[in-house]
Amino acid sequence: MLTAELAPLPVETLRQDFPILNRIVRGKPLVYLDNAATTQKPQQVIDAISRYYAETNSNVHRGVHYLSEQATIQYEGARRRVANFLNAGSEREVIFTRGTTEAINLVAASFGRKFLREGDEVILTEMEHHSNIVPWQIACDASGAKLRVAPINDRGEVMMDQLRALLNPRTKMVAAVHLSNALGTINPVKEIVELAHSVGARVLLDGAQAVSHLPVDVRDLDADFYVFSGHKIFGPTGIGVLYGKAELLESMPPYQGGGDMIRSVSFQRTIYNDIPYKFEAGTPHIAGAIGLAAALDYVENVGLERIAAWEHELLEYGTGLLQEIPGLRLIGTAHQKASVLSFVLESAHPHDIGTILDNDGVAIRTGHHCAEPVMHRFGIPATARASVAFYNTRQELDALAQAIHNVNRLFR
Amino acid sequence: MNDLRDLYQEIILDHNRNPRNFRAIDGATITLEGYNPLCGDRYTIYLVLDGDIVKDISFTGAGCAISKASASVMTSMLKGKTRAEAEAAFQQFHEVATGHNAISDQQLESLGKLGAFAGIREFPMRVKCATLAWHTMHNGLEGKHEGATTE
Repeated sequence: MLTAELAPLPVETLRQDFPILNRIVRGKPLVYLDNAATTQKPQQVIDAISRYYAETNSNVHRGVHYLSEQATIQYEGARRRVANFLNAGSEREVIFTRGTTEAINLVAASFGRKFLREGDEVILTEMEHHSNIVPWQIACDASGAKLRVAPINDRGEVMMDQLRALLNPRTKMVAAVHLSNALGTINPVKEIVELAHSVGARVLLDGAQAVSHLPVDVRDLDADFYVFSGHKIFGPTGIGVLYGKAELLESMPPYQGGGDMIRSVSFQRTIYNDIPYKFEAGTPHIAGAIGLAAALDYVENVGLERIAAWEHELLEYGTGLLQEIPGLRLIGTAHQKASVLSFVLESAHPHDIGTILDNDGVAIRTGHHCAEPVMHRFGIPATARASVAFYNTRQELDALAQAIHNVNRLFR
Repeated sequence: MNDLRDLYQEIILDHNRNPRNFRAIDGATITLEGYNPLCGDRYTIYLVLDGDIVKDISFTGAGCAISKASASVMTSMLKGKTRAEAEAAFQQFHEVATGHNAISDQQLESLGKLGAFAGIREFPMRVKCATLAWHTMHNGLEGKHEGATTE
């Protein structure tokens, strides 16, 4: 990475864009380190959503009146914005969903119905989020296909030789996370795509965590499907994205039926709309899409290369601080890692850690992070997880470390 | 850390560090699992009943300090009690941990060890931790076979 040539991030200035970061929580300045759960929103995003409701609110693709036309222009502009952000070949390849989970369910249901047959195989990695496991279990149950799992090593990295060994001509889908929410591991997704394609399998990449930390180019990755959520990249909840290669999306059956996804309907015969509309039944989350576009504008203005470089510094600094704490064990020590510091303490259960840190104004997540197989792999019920975004500072990681010392003091 | 000391009182820290009756009982009259899917707390409660009397009670499992101390205190309180007394203690614990009525110092004194859990009500996210073992015990005595889940 060209970190040396990048101007440093003006973190203190950027923080002023995020009103919530000025809040006092439990009598202390908020230290928000739960960014893997959801990110905070800059004023620019909040304003874009308010402005839409105050000035433009109307339904899309329907009315001939002025507001409907404006809302449609903004909604379709958001789609182009997303396509550009991912470097998709065309905005027809961008489908708005409720989030990552719905996007994966859409692919598992629709791709599954079209391409999965008895005896076929779907490969996942052991570090997947439940939302990239359960939809495939449902699709396998429906089709008679088999689920195979590529294991991870003690650092929390996919064992690539094992993944290679699982691939065979019956493999129809490889679904893998780009950046693990529980471990912080960055998977070698380009290599995974190449390997999968070599046996004719398709690949879905779960980018829920990745998009706010790393530049993503779906054409460079040659991903067949790439999915993410708006709220994890400084946008609103309730909006997400499915990117899919046009020829694949065109060959797949609709996921839900309703308005907007049809060209004509009679009781005898319904003709479906073209992509992307075929997969967007009903009135979409228009304000959400517009808010997401504002968030992507914001992120690109800041610059994802600069974000990645700063977060790498933060992660190294935080890792150093945490490793000095007696009885602390990091869960997830991959060579390629971003954002996430998942850990357990000898003295206290993660749930107790979470409460005590909260009392110091430090917001982290505790639990299994919707990745129970990862917890089983490491033989633990849960972890405490701090996850950074570009607006975090070294001082905030100092506060985290100090609060963890307080846990040890209380439980010694 | 004043507020935290209300939650993590010395009795709770002690029972977390040295849980009482932390063992399995082979051939227990009632064996029931309680699970909190939110945080992964998972305990098994063992009850040996002699007619109406809780002759022995123990637990195994893993979870946070609050849930473990709560299970430990519960088992040490209920040994030798009747079903009705155990049920009354369950109701009393529930009121202490979740109630909205203020607890006077006099009441606190009469609650004994249960009083240590009065701080929980200020931490709504932790109430389920405190009540898990009690719900499991209660379900066991009620003759329910499916474990308690507090979420």
